[in-house]
Amino acid sequence: MEFLVVLAVLALVALFVTRPLWRSAGPRRESSPEPEQIAELEAAREAKYREIRDAELDRRTGKLSEQDYEAIDRALRAEAIEILRALDEARERVNGHAERLPSSRQ
Amino acid sequence: MAVIGRALLILGLAASLYGIGASIYGARSGRREWVDSGRRAVYALAGLIAAAFAILEAAFLRNDFSYNVVAQASSTTTPTLFKAAAIWSTQAGSLLLWILLLSVWSSVILFLTRRKLREVAPYATAVLLGFGAFFTSLTVFVHAAHPFTTTSSPPTEGAGLDPLLRHATMMIHPPMLYSGYTMLTIPFAFAVGALISGRTGAEWIQVTRRFALAAWLCLGIGIMLGARWSYTELGWGGYWAWDPVENAALMPWLLATAFIHSIMIQEKRGMLKTWNASLILGTGTMAIVGTFLVRSGILSSIHAFVSNSGLNIAFVALIGVMLFSSVGLVIWRREQLRSEARLDSLLSREAVFLFQNLLLVALALVIFWVTFFPLISQAITGTQVSVGPPAFRPFVVPLALIVVLLSGIGPIIAWRRVSLANLRRSFAFPAAAGLATLLVVLLAVGTGGSAFAIAMFTCGAFVLAAVGQEFWRGARARSAMSHEAPPVALAQLVRRNRRRYGGYIVHAGLAVLLIGVAASTSFQHSHYASLMPGQSARVDGYDVRYVRPTASATPAKISLGAVLRISKGGHHVATLGTRHELYPSQDASLGPIGRFFNGSDETRIGLRSGLERDIWTVVNPSLQPLQGLINQGNRVFTQAMLPAMRRAAALPPGQQQAALAPLWQARDRAIAELVGRYVTHPWPVTFLFIVSPLVMWLWIGALIVIAGALIALWPAPALARLRARSAAYAGRRLAREPA
Repeated sequence: MEFLVVLAVLALVALFVTRPLWRSAGPRRESSPEPEQIAELEAAREAKYREIRDAELDRRTGKLSEQDYEAIDRALRAEAIEILRALDEARERVNGHAERLPSSRQ
Repeated sequence: MAVIGRALLILGLAASLYGIGASIYGARSGRREWVDSGRRAVYALAGLIAAAFAILEAAFLRNDFSYNVVAQASSTTTPTLFKAAAIWSTQAGSLLLWILLLSVWSSVILFLTRRKLREVAPYATAVLLGFGAFFTSLTVFVHAAHPFTTTSSPPTEGAGLDPLLRHATMMIHPPMLYSGYTMLTIPFAFAVGALISGRTGAEWIQVTRRFALAAWLCLGIGIMLGARWSYTELGWGGYWAWDPVENAALMPWLLATAFIHSIMIQEKRGMLKTWNASLILGTGTMAIVGTFLVRSGILSSIHAFVSNSGLNIAFVALIGVMLFSSVGLVIWRREQLRSEARLDSLLSREAVFLFQNLLLVALALVIFWVTFFPLISQAITGTQVSVGPPAFRPFVVPLALIVVLLSGIGPIIAWRRVSLANLRRSFAFPAAAGLATLLVVLLAVGTGGSAFAIAMFTCGAFVLAAVGQEFWRGARARSAMSHEAPPVALAQLVRRNRRRYGGYIVHAGLAVLLIGVAASTSFQHSHYASLMPGQSARVDGYDVRYVRPTASATPAKISLGAVLRISKGGHHVATLGTRHELYPSQDASLGPIGRFFNGSDETRIGLRSGLERDIWTVVNPSLQPLQGLINQGNRVFTQAMLPAMRRAAALPPGQQQAALAPLWQARDRAIAELVGRYVTHPWPVTFLFIVSPLVMWLWIGALIVIAGALIALWPAPALARLRARSAAYAGRRLAREPA
């Protein structure tokens, strides 16, 4: 009885773990670094927005003078724009790659 | 069921090994289906270990003493709740809990990141499964760690749970510590994944930050529950003894504290990448060192399991692999770990965080060095030199004071840079509060008081004033902008900035906690006294009168106690009861009566807690006056038992117990009469009385820390996420316009 239970558990585990392999045993896909780069840039963008909000809160709570705040805010916004540009470029590369894929298969 | 339990562990090991291979192959070949399969191996491991854990837990609950671990750590008289918790009082059971928590937390993070970190996550999966395979293989291959070892001739009664562990906090203290340790492996695994894949940006930090904070919180709760247990259960009146196992939890907690601060700098500025990678790899390794210290027993500790060479060799090998691969990975990726920015000014929050990081790491290293000094001295001189709490204080106290001071400076200083005028404005109130407190304390206790306590009160007041000022200024600014009532503005401020204000609350809680520590250690009065009923002792102005002895005896335990009346200046303050409880031993050589007086024991303290001070009492009655009667009882009952048992053995099995029942009843009556002499013929009893100021603030501070951490951990409100998304769209438009 115990042997049968163990065998059933083994079968269930094997089926569960290897299911993705049966579902999509297709050809090997070339990995593209772009989606990872986009995710990293998105993370950097979120962090930059948080930094901009933090600087604003620091000004409002009197930790930053107007002069310091303006200089920091200007620098932060320039850095944010750099990140957004890089993000758009990465997305365009991904979109371009996706558009080329069907035509290359035809 | 034990066979199924063993098979589940072997299947868990097989699933882990398969998952490691599948994840690495998937990552190297770019085949997502193999990565997905590897991730599913983690879910399978969690399911298999949960089933194995449930089988063992059921064995504990139904008193199945054919399982060796159940016979070692439980008994029919152990209360049900403690039976459920007894599983982690054994080496094998606690290892199973470790794997269960590791696999559950790993499953949670991998489920959350199933569509993110596509290059990092497969390697992280392999590392997490590597830990899973290591710990599962211990339960499969190391004899002392087998949870499912059974015997064909089980005893009729188990040894019972160690009385010291029959405490409410022990139900949750180990799961909390293990959750902390296992959750620390998650940022460790993702850091390894980021280094291998070369994706060393902010994304892996953003994803695992919450787990690092949760690990820090769980470890902190575990440490505080352990301190509470020590204070109320161990009978020495303290909450922290610098025990190696206590230090084993404190060291990764300190490193994790440093990490959750320094990752903010990487997130915001792209700085300190090498430092952060090294810090989290060090923290993860330290979590395993902590686990090793508990399990190995290489350093003498009341909390450690019995030493086992098989386990020790395996752990040393794992720590070695973690250490060398961590160093190798950081060196290999040193180019990608270069900072993207430089420190703008030494007058900035980044600089304060950096300084605080260095101090926290120094603190952890000092504790590591002193904790391991007995082993180091043995390796060099051949003699194990034991060091106690005094060896820690000269280094830990000054470092801790500076860290507390920095926890007040951090909140009031801005990121990037700050002008001197603003700095003066921000520092004025907290500095004045600190100085005023210093003056008040000096007037109250004079210059002869403890320098540590005076400095801690000053620093604590500075931190509390700094945090209070931050809340006040933030709420005032919000109220002015949104025209909300001040309490509403304050609540909204915290709700919208949970990380920032949750963190400030943690700082305030830590200051309160350390004020409690400083006061209770520096101004404590303790007094040992040997008293007869009716006699009194005096401690810190309190009269403690031993009113009467109390005693009770059951087959499960003997209790010898005292009722104490506490008064001050003739006014009644409290009536306290304290007991010393004795549990029977299963060792027959102690005699049929003696084994009831010479088994495990525990103390029940008499405690009057208050916001100003705690009055703590414990009784430690000597059994010497009863020893002659116990020996006589042993002789009488041994002589009576042998023929009675021979006669019973000749009867059918169903009648044997009934035949022996009169003998056991006579034995129980004899024990009750012996115990009764403690009340009818009392003898002098030793007491320890302690009066400690502000201990309660230690526990209140811990609760404030927990509340702050929970606020910081709580996900951002849906509205804020929506606004962040709209800000992203607006930002994108902004980027398309010429700068």
